Amino acid sequence: MSVDLATRWRGVAAEDAEVITAPVNAMLRGRSRRLLSSLMRPHVRALLGATALIVGFDIASMAGPLMVQQAIDRGIPALTRHHDYWPLGLTVLGLVLAGAVQASTDYGFTYVTGRVGQDVLLDLRQRVFDHFQYLSIAFHERYTSGRVTSRLTSDVEAISDLLMDGLQVLAWAALTILTVAGILVWSDPVLAGVVFVAAPFVAVLARWFRRESVKAYRATRETIALVIVHFVESLGGIRAVQAFRREPRNQEIFAALNDAYRGATQRSIRLVAVFGPGVKAMGNATLAGVLLVGAIRVEHGRITVGVLAAFILYLRRFLDPILDLSQFYTLFQAAAAALEKLSGVLEEEPTVPEPTPGSATLLTSAQGRLDFDDVTFGYRDHPVLHHIDLHIPAGQTVALVGETGAGKTTLARLMSRFYDPTSGSVRLDGTDLRSIPRDVLRRHVVMVTQESFLFSRSVADNIRFGRPGATDEEVRRAATAVGAHQFILSMPGGYAASVGKRGSRLSAGQRQLISFARAFLADPEVLILDEATASLDIPSERLVQRALLTLLRDRTAVIIAHRLTTVEIADRVIVVSDGRVVEDGPPPELLSRPSRYRQLHQAWADSLV
Amino acid sequence: MRGGGIWRVRPYVRPYRTQMLVMLASAAGALVAVSTVPLVTEAVINGPIVHHRGGLVPLAALALALGVGEGILLFVRRWILGRAATGVEADIRNDLYAKLQTLPVSFHERWQSGQLLSRATTDLTLIRIFVGYGLIYLVVNTMTFVYVVALLLHLDVRLGLVTVAAAVPIMITGARFRRDYHSASRRVQDQQGDLTTIIEEAALGIRVIKAFGRHAVEGARFASMARTLQSSSMVAVRLRARFFATLGLVPNLALAAIVLGGGWAVSDHVMTLGGLVAFVTLFLMLVWPVESLGEIMAIAQEASAAIERIWEVFDTPPDIADRPGAVDLDRCEGRLRFENVGFSYSEGGRRVLAGVDLEVAPGETVAIVGATASGKTTLLSLVSRLADVTDGRIAIDGHDIRDMTLASLRRHVAVAFEDPTLFSASVRENLTFGAPDATDAEIDAALDAAQARFAHHLPWGLDTRVGEQGLSLSGGQRQRLALARAILGRPRILVLDDPLSAVDVHTEAKVEAALARLLERTTALVVAHRPSTVALADRVAFLDGGRIVATGSHHELLSTVPGYRAVLAQDVEAPAGPPAWEATAV
Ligand SMILES: Nc1ncnc2c1ncn2[C@@H]1O[C@H](COP(=O)(O)OP(=O)(O)O)[C@@H](O)[C@H]1O
Ligand SMILES: Nc1ncnc2c1ncn2[C@@H]1O[C@H](COP(=O)(O)OP(=O)(O)O)[C@@H](O)[C@H]1O
Ligand SMILES: [Mg+2]
Ligand SMILES: [Mg+2]
Repeated sequence: MSVDLATRWRGVAAEDAEVITAPVNAMLRGRSRRLLSSLMRPHVRALLGATALIVGFDIASMAGPLMVQQAIDRGIPALTRHHDYWPLGLTVLGLVLAGAVQASTDYGFTYVTGRVGQDVLLDLRQRVFDHFQYLSIAFHERYTSGRVTSRLTSDVEAISDLLMDGLQVLAWAALTILTVAGILVWSDPVLAGVVFVAAPFVAVLARWFRRESVKAYRATRETIALVIVHFVESLGGIRAVQAFRREPRNQEIFAALNDAYRGATQRSIRLVAVFGPGVKAMGNATLAGVLLVGAIRVEHGRITVGVLAAFILYLRRFLDPILDLSQFYTLFQAAAAALEKLSGVLEEEPTVPEPTPGSATLLTSAQGRLDFDDVTFGYRDHPVLHHIDLHIPAGQTVALVGETGAGKTTLARLMSRFYDPTSGSVRLDGTDLRSIPRDVLRRHVVMVTQESFLFSRSVADNIRFGRPGATDEEVRRAATAVGAHQFILSMPGGYAASVGKRGSRLSAGQRQLISFARAFLADPEVLILDEATASLDIPSERLVQRALLTLLRDRTAVIIAHRLTTVEIADRVIVVSDGRVVEDGPPPELLSRPSRYRQLHQAWADSLV
Repeated sequence: MRGGGIWRVRPYVRPYRTQMLVMLASAAGALVAVSTVPLVTEAVINGPIVHHRGGLVPLAALALALGVGEGILLFVRRWILGRAATGVEADIRNDLYAKLQTLPVSFHERWQSGQLLSRATTDLTLIRIFVGYGLIYLVVNTMTFVYVVALLLHLDVRLGLVTVAAAVPIMITGARFRRDYHSASRRVQDQQGDLTTIIEEAALGIRVIKAFGRHAVEGARFASMARTLQSSSMVAVRLRARFFATLGLVPNLALAAIVLGGGWAVSDHVMTLGGLVAFVTLFLMLVWPVESLGEIMAIAQEASAAIERIWEVFDTPPDIADRPGAVDLDRCEGRLRFENVGFSYSEGGRRVLAGVDLEVAPGETVAIVGATASGKTTLLSLVSRLADVTDGRIAIDGHDIRDMTLASLRRHVAVAFEDPTLFSASVRENLTFGAPDATDAEIDAALDAAQARFAHHLPWGLDTRVGEQGLSLSGGQRQRLALARAILGRPRILVLDDPLSAVDVHTEAKVEAALARLLERTTALVVAHRPSTVALADRVAFLDGGRIVATGSHHELLSTVPGYRAVLAQDVEAPAGPPAWEATAV
């Protein structure tokens, strides 16, 4: 399947270009290494403990054969000749003891490394999750939820493999290799030299493997992310998919993405298929070399047969861990690709940064005055808002009206600092939003967005989202105020009823009421409502309006609505057109003269017949 | 090994059985090569060195050949594994996705998306590892085990029986491990799914989280789930550690017993010392297969839990599918009839619709009006069979829609949903969602009718990617694209669910003018909240209490049906208290 098919449907966006050059590569490696070491640092002691356990394990497992030898050399002859049970009994006891030590150190070691691995995973997950939450809306728009999900699931799991299996292998293999290498050199330096002849070859192979596997594993991370993105998005919109018979095309796209991932995985497995057995074969070749050279040296009387035999036995103990080490290396490379992606996320800075502690203004209580001073803003290069000057005194209820796409939502987003203006400033009570810490700002300014997103939780949980500490009674009061109490009670389970996946068990109007109740409960100084009642019928909207009248009595409110019934409760109307404020005044005044608002009002009144 | 429903993966492995056999053979071959090398070493020491016989070079060459041969066999196994194991994984993933696409909306509403995703990713990786590694070594190790034990029994029956006896505790703890580890893995995998759901919702709901500043709360929720997952994983770790330790301990104890019994036998002259040495050497060959058994069993149990989870999806019957003998309705006039239609979302649950009767003539437009949550959306979703009626039937041109193929039904019926449901793909792709062959002229016409010409002015025109769920567009822009998408295929029946709720009055008037022309020829059901939208319709049906209580023109209903008046008219009751601006203006 062509790459074209797999990608063209996605369309073009500015952020796609991603070229990796050599210096970038080095930068990426450094970045992932820093992340890894900061993750491992708290566990140094546990890892040292694990190493001690593995030493115990090694000693115990080496003691076994020794005991058998003792039994054969001493115990059995003693028993046969002198009917002396003790030597044999002691060695058998030694064997049992060695077995017990081996088993308990094994247990301890598996447990400790498992513990460390799990702790690191938890730490990593939390860091990445919190950082995603910390990043700005603009980041999420470009990154998409599917990729966030793939980072936090698939990438984290790739690292989990390294931590759960790799640590164990690494500690054991490295230790064994070091001790056995020492023994080899000590027993015959020349034969050891034969063994180390293989080292440069192994090094070359490892270098090749590293270079290729970086690309291969990077490809697996990227292709699985695309699989996840498509999976999540297309199934998230399953209604539209089925209603428009999109299944075959989706399947085609999915199969292409899935195959790309399969290909990438296959490539990485095949790199390992060359690397691992390559290392193994080289090790085996050194054994043949040792046999040859060793036999000649024995012949020349340089070493004894015993030394050669021992050397060969130890050599086997040397080669096995080398293979394990190569396995660790492949796990490491796989994890490195994931670390690269994760460290990339962690280094991402919010485009809407938090103020530095020095410059932060902790508005403990806000009046709710909002000022736009010469604000210009665009999502991309192309500006959406032009030189907005707007001053909303505390306690005023303002209605924003205008055509769709005029920039009303954008204006609202700037008020709650989803974005920062390109130029000019937005201020709350005279303080630039950029110097108010986000938690403080959110306490004072709350926006009900056009999309009433609900979480797959209970009704009460969704309302309580507005104020996490709220009592059941307060939740109920908020629901009652917006007219949601009745239908909530009629649901099986009442407030404890689940709203289903993202609110799917509710009608669109009911979802809006819940998100309204949520804002009602939050009770901020500045409330922004972006078409928050668009899906409600007129009686329900009335009820909400009545609730608003009490709620907004001493609050600043910005209401965006197309149905001008909602606008009727406003003190002031602002007409936005093409990113500019074109009219501004109390509704009666705007109605009393020829104005766009009057036209709008007229059209709306006509539409009501 | 019986591993739950692990055999269910068989159909997926079958296409790769040749590869599996080659992998098995090369694994076994490599094992033989490894175990031959010591014999060669022995031959070198006993031959050329001790007895100064020739043949050193050929023996060394043999060792080299065996060593390299082992490498090659390992290489072959892994190389093939690259194709076979990833193939099994990819095949299952494709089928899983295909299955999920056929399952009805109700299934997707019931299942957490994170649970589905974790099945399609994490669980499938576990299966890949099992197929590529666990399965092969399970067979190889069992073979080694049986072979060596047979040899041991042959060497010495009594000591051989000691070895066999040692298998008993392994089998007992193994059975327990299998059971416990299976449920531990299952718990871990389920919790991974839950965690994935939290992650996904936190990303999708980032605007709400930011709007309320709830990062800390969501972070804490995630952390607590991650901690739960961590402690479940630790249960699994502990089980592994215990079982692996047992597997290390038993051979050592058996060795002690063999040395003790063997020593006795030697001193009683029932056995020679050489025989005992040979026996012990051979016995040590068992250590590796036994120790790796732990890893293999763990892999098998993880895979088995994963398979169980995936097959839960495969085993779900597709409630909405073509009946046998369903007709492919080629031409459609567009007569739509609801006959005594009843519907409830859950069996025995509240009936959202009951006894709905409505007939829409070809080319007629009927507006559905009703209070919030009266069942309008539900009613519309029945037409394209996103859900099936519980009672009664819906017919198009006299055919029960359940007797039509889904493809033909959905070809004739197009929908614009309440929430626009766009995808992060190009505008063009979003528009031609249901009509991939649409020409540029048709696309333009649809954009014109929906007043969505703005799409041409996006940075890359129709090739611009709209953000996830279309969120880089304004609400009204999204809605108009969704409308354009619905009318693009020139469907016979058009179902529009409150299609202009996010559109301003001026734009609405323009869209309606364009729609009115289009609707002359199309049968349409339009949910409306505003009188202006109602004006599009030839007739209005008022939905109340789950049934259609009145039909007629807007003005008829307005004057005769008080309930209708309450839902649609502005003037029934002014908001309590005068509007704020009036109060201040006084
Ligand atoms: N996240 C975004 N990325 C890029 N462009 C956007 C984004 N959101 C809105 N726009 C564009 O900005 C303009 C104003 O949109 P918006 O403020 O949502 O209008 P409305 O007045 O309908 O609320 C529109 O042309 C829209 O396409
Ligand atoms: N997927 C669902 N599962 C259970 N109940 C649902 C589901 N969707 C809607 N409902 C319930 O059915 C009723 C009608 O909803 P809906 O058809 O969406 O109303 P509306 O007339 O506002 O479009 C509501 O009470 C709602 O809670
Ligand atoms: Mg908007
Ligand atoms: Mg609805």
